[in-house]
Amino acid sequence: MNFIEVKNVVFGYDAAENGEETKKVLKDVSFSVKNGEFIALLGHNGSGKSTLAKMFNGILEPESGSVSVNGCDTKWEDTILDVRKSVGLVLQNPDNQLVASIVEEDVAFGPENLGIKPEEIRRRVDSALKAVDMYEYRHHAPYKLSGGQKQRVAIAGIIAMEPECIVLDEPTAMLDPQGRKEVMDTIIRLNRTKKITIILITHYMDEAVLADRVILLDQGKIIKDGTPKTVFSDVEFLKTHSLDVPQATELAYRLSSSGMKIENTPLNADECVEALVKALEKN
Amino acid sequence: MMKEITLGQYIPGKSVLHKMDPRMKVILLVLFIVFIFASRNFVSLGIMAAAVFFVLCISGVSPRLYFKSIEAIIMIVIITSGLNLFYGTGEPLWEWRFLKITQAGINTALFIAIRITALVLISSVLTYTTSPTDLTDALERLMKPLSKLHVQVHEIAMMMTIALRFIPTLLEETDKIMSAQKARGADLESGNFIARIKSLVPILIPLFVSAFRRAFELAMAMESRCYHGGEGRTRMKVLKLSKRDYIALAVCSAVFTGVIVCSIVLPVTVRTGM
Repeated sequence: MNFIEVKNVVFGYDAAENGEETKKVLKDVSFSVKNGEFIALLGHNGSGKSTLAKMFNGILEPESGSVSVNGCDTKWEDTILDVRKSVGLVLQNPDNQLVASIVEEDVAFGPENLGIKPEEIRRRVDSALKAVDMYEYRHHAPYKLSGGQKQRVAIAGIIAMEPECIVLDEPTAMLDPQGRKEVMDTIIRLNRTKKITIILITHYMDEAVLADRVILLDQGKIIKDGTPKTVFSDVEFLKTHSLDVPQATELAYRLSSSGMKIENTPLNADECVEALVKALEKN
Repeated sequence: MMKEITLGQYIPGKSVLHKMDPRMKVILLVLFIVFIFASRNFVSLGIMAAAVFFVLCISGVSPRLYFKSIEAIIMIVIITSGLNLFYGTGEPLWEWRFLKITQAGINTALFIAIRITALVLISSVLTYTTSPTDLTDALERLMKPLSKLHVQVHEIAMMMTIALRFIPTLLEETDKIMSAQKARGADLESGNFIARIKSLVPILIPLFVSAFRRAFELAMAMESRCYHGGEGRTRMKVLKLSKRDYIALAVCSAVFTGVIVCSIVLPVTVRTGM
């Protein structure tokens, strides 16, 4: 059984008040997620990626089709807490996700809702704060922290529930480059060391190449699903769907289209350098 | 400008009062207020005033802050005791047309001044030594019995917690919106009272819109973190009464007993509601 199973999901926001026909944001989306995977969901604005993010833990329910986590449909009310416990959601704006005025109390919010014993909450809060490298800020007020720090506290709040999967909806969109790096490093570390399944929704291609698997969404449909290498190698295809490619890939693409022979699609700067060296040596 | 505002005026410190259980502090504050009001002669009020002074001394908060809180109410003190000065009955010590000052009037005026000052000082001790979070926590736990009467204690406490959390965020936002409107040529500082109120509209509307948007997102984030009301919820911090709380209770009880004895044994000097 797959960890998360998305089957033929259709969803549209209500536009009934102006008499128009509801526009479907998601049109027949199906895919599955295995335990421990790191998936990047890509798509430009309006592709339905944020809507999909809210489906994984039942914040939104599909109109037709189904989403299930560990075999539990997100529509079932009696298992919804189990679903939310195993799939945590981190949103874009860290300011709007923090509940308490002290960092450690905010991190404790999730476990407190689960009715866990105080000593166990304490242990989880400490280890979650250490996992995101925010332990020394545990007594601070969130509004005094930087954006990247706040987002890491928000992630710690999810980790403290000990989920199997974290869904992050453009967690770096409101951050500066420094904060973005902090958050991405944290996400990767959680995936590698704690084996937490990550579903990262982003529109930064350079973040997407770090994933094991990339899913491209356009106008509510999955248009590509595969490893970063296979997805980004088809630069033409991405361009026709008005999606960017990582800078290194773009450079290699332009060079090869003007006649230079470059093997292997490079995804980051190092790979690009290597590919260029090879190509130049051949000539 | 806006960031200067500290809420609840909590001053972090390491005094005994800071370490005390907030529930005990709230209960003792209520008792202090009751006994300050129950004092009917100078001896019992004197005991209460001395007790308040002692509490101020061990609070480890700078006296400057206490003067500040008195400053805020000085006008009220002057007006109420000033009025009472002329309301006394008995032999007039000084008379001018319809105004007369009697010994009883002077007593009442003095009494009221001490009483109000003591009340304000003892209440500020609580807000200075207890963080807003601890205070909400204490109130939630103290009011818990009320939930049997269908008072939504948990919900009220949750609202207080969220309000406290969002005050700095919304202040920051107000600052930003004000700058944005000023950059577009909005005039916020000149004009008469009405004009200034009107100029606040373009600040309040975006602020409200964004507050609602924040509320929706927060609700979503809270739901994602398994929030489902107060039922079955545990807390990380367990409030536990320690030795120092019992000592404080014992000392205060001794003081209160003294006040009761003095009120019964000694004659009443002041008859007044306030």
